[in-house]
Amino acid sequence: MVYLALFISFFKIGLFGFGGGLAILSLIQMEVESHGWMTPQEFVDIVAVSQVTPGPIGINCATYVGYTVGGLWGSILSTFAIVLPSLIIMLSICKAYFWFTKRFKGNPYFEQTLRMLRFTVIGLIASAALMLIKPTTFIDPTSWIIFAAVCLFTILPQVYKNKVTEVLSHPILLILLAGLAGLIVYLP
Amino acid sequence: MLPLIQREVVDRKGWIDEEEFLNMIALAQAAPGLIAVNSAIFIGWRVGGWRGVCGAVLGAVLPSFLIILAIAMVFQDWKEIPAVEAAFKGIRPAVVALIAAPLVKLAKSAKISWVTALIPIAAALLIWLGHVNPVWVILATIVVTLVAVKLLKR
Repeated sequence: MVYLALFISFFKIGLFGFGGGLAILSLIQMEVESHGWMTPQEFVDIVAVSQVTPGPIGINCATYVGYTVGGLWGSILSTFAIVLPSLIIMLSICKAYFWFTKRFKGNPYFEQTLRMLRFTVIGLIASAALMLIKPTTFIDPTSWIIFAAVCLFTILPQVYKNKVTEVLSHPILLILLAGLAGLIVYLP
Repeated sequence: MLPLIQREVVDRKGWIDEEEFLNMIALAQAAPGLIAVNSAIFIGWRVGGWRGVCGAVLGAVLPSFLIILAIAMVFQDWKEIPAVEAAFKGIRPAVVALIAAPLVKLAKSAKISWVTALIPIAAALLIWLGHVNPVWVILATIVVTLVAVKLLKR
């Protein structure tokens, strides 16, 4: 039953998705690949679309995967499933807000777990990138040149900050430029 | 996205004050799930209880949902167009770079050391080469930390 599988997968992603958009990618990727819902290539395409459209990347992926796997109902169900754990957990926190802040602020178990999760999240993001380096996504040396150039432009403002490097580090602009490079190089 | 939320709910509407906003960010980031959605739930609850939550969550989710739905409906056909295909061949490595490049900044802001760097390296290798589900890596981090804090307390 594809709907049940979609629901369980995206509920899991919502429940364990610590650390925001990029960290969630490795979870989504593992789910869609293990179910055979998407190839790595398709997954990169949807991440690209998410980068140039507004909104949280998790919602975008849930909607897209849900639609390709289970049509309109699949997309509604997947989007609901990724939000549901947030609803349960955040509402519990809100309802016990004062109890919660008193009990957990400065609590070593809580603070240390969050600190360690931050380190793990860096590993999750790295794995998301590593898992996407495949012969279908990096087809030739030009791919690596584009990869290196985008890395450089993204990191440059941290080393040398001015108006130009700032503008050039914008992800939407970089994707558009990469698309343009693709058109020039690969269009027969 | 957070500065955008701050301008709207703190400065313009005055739904919550500055201090509460900072508490909200801390909670929305600590809790699992999407930070934008978690923030919407917090603010919705503060402003209008259950109804507020429903409204805020729909507001946070619906625009993305509709945009992506529209794209999903046409994307399969568009991908057949040679120009689109060529553009995406260039875009794919760029997307991987956009995922990888922020790692430098994240590592810096987490004040990573040579010892603590072993955690992300181990996590990445387990998932990438070991095909371990990230869920287990996250659970292991939580359990090991809780046990370690407990042992160190003694």
